[in-house]
Amino acid sequence: MGDEDVVLLDFWPSPFGMRVRIALAEKEIKYEYKEEDLRNKSDLLLKMNPVHKKIPVLIYNGKPVCESLIQVQYIDEILPHKSPLLPTDPYQRAIARFWGDFVDNKIYDLGRKLWTTKGEEQEAAKKEFIECLKLLEGELGNKAYFGGENLGYVDVVLVPFYSWFYAYEKCGNFSIETECPKLIAWAKRCMEKDTVSKSLPDQDKIYDFVLHLKKVFGIE
Amino acid sequence: MGDDEEVKVFGMWASPYSRRVELALKLKGIPYEYIEEDLSNKSALLIKHNPVHQKIPVLVHNGKSIPESLVILEYIDETWRNNPILLSQDPYDRAMARFWAKFIDEKILSTTRKVSFTTGKEQEHAIEEVTEQLKLLENEVKGKAYFGGEGIGYVDIVANFLVFWFGNLQEALGINIFSQHKFPFIFEWIQKQLKIDMVDESRIPKDKHLTYIRTRLAAFKSASK
Repeated sequence: MGDEDVVLLDFWPSPFGMRVRIALAEKEIKYEYKEEDLRNKSDLLLKMNPVHKKIPVLIYNGKPVCESLIQVQYIDEILPHKSPLLPTDPYQRAIARFWGDFVDNKIYDLGRKLWTTKGEEQEAAKKEFIECLKLLEGELGNKAYFGGENLGYVDVVLVPFYSWFYAYEKCGNFSIETECPKLIAWAKRCMEKDTVSKSLPDQDKIYDFVLHLKKVFGIE
Repeated sequence: MGDDEEVKVFGMWASPYSRRVELALKLKGIPYEYIEEDLSNKSALLIKHNPVHQKIPVLVHNGKSIPESLVILEYIDETWRNNPILLSQDPYDRAMARFWAKFIDEKILSTTRKVSFTTGKEQEHAIEEVTEQLKLLENEVKGKAYFGGEGIGYVDIVANFLVFWFGNLQEALGINIFSQHKFPFIFEWIQKQLKIDMVDESRIPKDKHLTYIRTRLAAFKSASK
């Protein structure tokens, strides 16, 4: 691949941004990482994502691609033979997309409730969060990764949330490993890969960030 | 396609998600068995084919279940490679198509639900919100015959709810968000869509639809009292 101009507008704790970092690393695509201050969004971000004004934004030779699941698929499709993330069989692809959507629709919002709510609301979120992780464990089965023997689309979509697990556990007062040991084993397996471990921030840093947000938003 | 291909759709006649799957199959000329679900009394088969969400639509192809309408549309396009091809081969065009499909579902249709099920200030706010969202979609189809390329494609199918469903809904609600005056380009696109046989044939029976919406709204209102 020639000299492509690839820029990623991102925010370091964003699990959505982490997905794109992992995908770019898997494909060995060189890019410029630009940290956005979400309280003071850059003109570039507003120009490249006028509809949602959100990160991550992938700018590929000047053209923006928005929404992390779409970005991961785009990255996979521009270099389909290198570390393929989606399988070639249409039914396997459909299953992968289904679980990608499942993670997107459930994990972020439930995780958010774990650190922004208390009492009954938090307990309900905890219960549902664990149920969702167990469903994912069921989908993983005995495979090393959701993608089979190698990292795949669902692995890339889900593993960024692992960097938030410590924060969820501390705020929610529970142990994810106790409830879902297979999933934690899977996450640790993913973290053995540089493409993943170098794309995710430390769990401690995320926890500090969450504590900071709680202060800023006045959440106990 | 061979005689041993078995395609089933579990759907609901008034659901835009269900109708878009049927439209894709009809456009590609794929015969299928349609199973109407009573959403207040979901069948054991539906639950078996979509245990995670227990929702329609579900496509079952030779025993393999695929839920989620956008996932189903891509599966249909990848499995049956005859015309119309719904998604371009170009990765950037595909990313744009997926973006607008997601926008339609996560923003426009989601806000439309708020418009239907709220009243007063909350409904006013939802109406403003969906109007802004429709303007973005209007901008996207401006100057184009179809959302995608040279013919009906993925986004046109996802946007099919604008051809019949949305107009019926606003009539039942007694509101006027969506008019030719406000959205000339979308209305132009609708006229072109209506010229496609399969789109015109997939018209929702209007009176039946209006009655259905009104009944649902009345039930919702009395349940929330």
